[in-house]
Amino acid sequence: MSKPLVEFDNVIKRFGDFTAVSDVNFEINRGEFIAIMGPSGCGKTTSLRMLAGLEQPDEGEIRINGQRVNELKPNERDTPLVWQSLALFPFLNVRQNVEFGLKMRGMDTNARRIKAEEWLGKMEIAEFADRDISQLSGGQRQRVALARALVTEPELLLLDEPLSALDAHLVIRMQQVLTRLQRELGITFVYVTHSQSEAFAMADRVIIMGHGEVAQMGESKEIYRNPKTKFVAEFVGRNNIISGTVTKINKEIIYMDAPAGEFQVKPKKGIYFKKGDAISFSVSADFVNLHSKRPTGPTARENIVKATLISEEFIGSVVTLFLETEDGTEFKTQVQERELNKIDLKSSQQLYLSWATRRTHILEG
Amino acid sequence: MDKTLKWSLWVYLGLVFIFVFAPIAASVAFSFNSQRFPTIPLGEFSLQWYAAILSDPEVWEAAVTSLIVSICSAILATIIGFCTAYTDFRYNFRFKGAYLALALLPPTIPLIIMALAMLAWLSRIGASGQVWSIIIAHTVLTAPFAMAIIRLRLSQMDESLEAAAWNLGADEWGAMRHVIFPFAKPAIVSALCLTAAVSFDEFAVAWFVSGLNKTIPVMILEIVQGNIDPRVNAIGSFVFLTSMTLVILAQVFFMAKSNQESKAV
Repeated sequence: MSKPLVEFDNVIKRFGDFTAVSDVNFEINRGEFIAIMGPSGCGKTTSLRMLAGLEQPDEGEIRINGQRVNELKPNERDTPLVWQSLALFPFLNVRQNVEFGLKMRGMDTNARRIKAEEWLGKMEIAEFADRDISQLSGGQRQRVALARALVTEPELLLLDEPLSALDAHLVIRMQQVLTRLQRELGITFVYVTHSQSEAFAMADRVIIMGHGEVAQMGESKEIYRNPKTKFVAEFVGRNNIISGTVTKINKEIIYMDAPAGEFQVKPKKGIYFKKGDAISFSVSADFVNLHSKRPTGPTARENIVKATLISEEFIGSVVTLFLETEDGTEFKTQVQERELNKIDLKSSQQLYLSWATRRTHILEG
Repeated sequence: MDKTLKWSLWVYLGLVFIFVFAPIAASVAFSFNSQRFPTIPLGEFSLQWYAAILSDPEVWEAAVTSLIVSICSAILATIIGFCTAYTDFRYNFRFKGAYLALALLPPTIPLIIMALAMLAWLSRIGASGQVWSIIIAHTVLTAPFAMAIIRLRLSQMDESLEAAAWNLGADEWGAMRHVIFPFAKPAIVSALCLTAAVSFDEFAVAWFVSGLNKTIPVMILEIVQGNIDPRVNAIGSFVFLTSMTLVILAQVFFMAKSNQESKAV
């Protein structure tokens, strides 16, 4: 395996008393599409800005291509950024915006005209080349921002929530554009977002950050199915998180007692419990089954709770139901819309939820 | 809205404008009047007072002094104003509030105090009574106006614009030249016009520090002190026209750009 393109080595960044990034470590390989995701204030944008040289780490080392870059100024590294606000220059037209990076690098007029033309074409905005930025739509501006960043043909492109200002249907379109672009160019994208759907849809690997630390790094599916900590499980939405006390342990099953009932949890390698320990586990909403009568099947009997329906959220063919047990624990379940027709749903009706023990995941911390 | 109220508000507005502009209009009207004394009924239409000032070398001299002073102090004041506005935009530091208050202070000082202080200071360091003494004084007086205009413009700027230029390979000076200046250009032009207008009109400070180098406002006072001379109406009309043109230009440069951009968003 070749050397990683980007390395964060125990990086710490403080702003006064506030530690924005505390002891962050990760590696990004050449050609990867990485999403850094987390709630606001988790340090994701600060990490990106440090990579671009707009902030300097207080401790630790950031390496690009194996070279320490801590002290390099933004203009001394090739890490173009697509800004959340896009930061297009309003006093320049589309072409001049795209040419800016080439001009700053001292390329002569003709060469940069040809290069800019090429990228205007690639981003399908050649027809707007002589327009003012103010005359473009949101999607077109997005493409200008991408062309401006990519025209120098960097190894690494940084993106700071570039789609947050777009309409929902445009977001999907631009996601496709970005994914395709990244595949074709084969360069590394580091994409900061708070949107799970954007991150999971595009990224090869996702870094989840919380409180200035990397909470988990891995492929989308792995993070979705195997959230390591309670924080990740909560952040990744559609998870049911249950905390309680260990009552009994055998080889295959940990038995626990929670306010909502008694449950079975699948043990996890390397994590040991004894009777009386606090334990949390998650089970993804789409693994929770919904029944109108107490289920009797062999797996369904493993974990059952009685709950009442609070609300439902309809997204196309999948419905997410929000339920509550008598003690007030909230549950989520995802059901196919056509399945739901078989169950007579009336608010306040008693429903049953069940899940298989092998679908549970112990959470750390 | 109630029709009478609307109507009376229009009348009120009209009266305010008459109150403000009637004296100036009268002065302009008398400048074309053939009679020596400003009385009604007016005499014939005449350009004699304009002819009189145009043939007076003293008036020419004062006009040239005024022009030099206002151009030089406008340029200096705009440079200082830009630097102050940019430090405010770019940096955060302790006592920034005090720094800005200090930078905006000169126009709040009574002119006569300012003028006396200037005279005392400049003569102590042996720099009074020169054309450039007036330039120094007017620069001090008008720099805050330039700063206010340019600061307003920079506050409309997306803060990531400058960082975006660095990110695309521009060094600090490159970002200043290719991003900050072009963005602030309408405000810079506007500041030049406005500071030139303020300097061109200014009397009190100029009178104290000018010595023998009379500016036009100083000269007007000297004419009026001596006797009633309709030439002041002609000079006054000329000063009014110059200042108004500069002020309107300042407004046009600044507004045109802002409007265009707000339409875009």
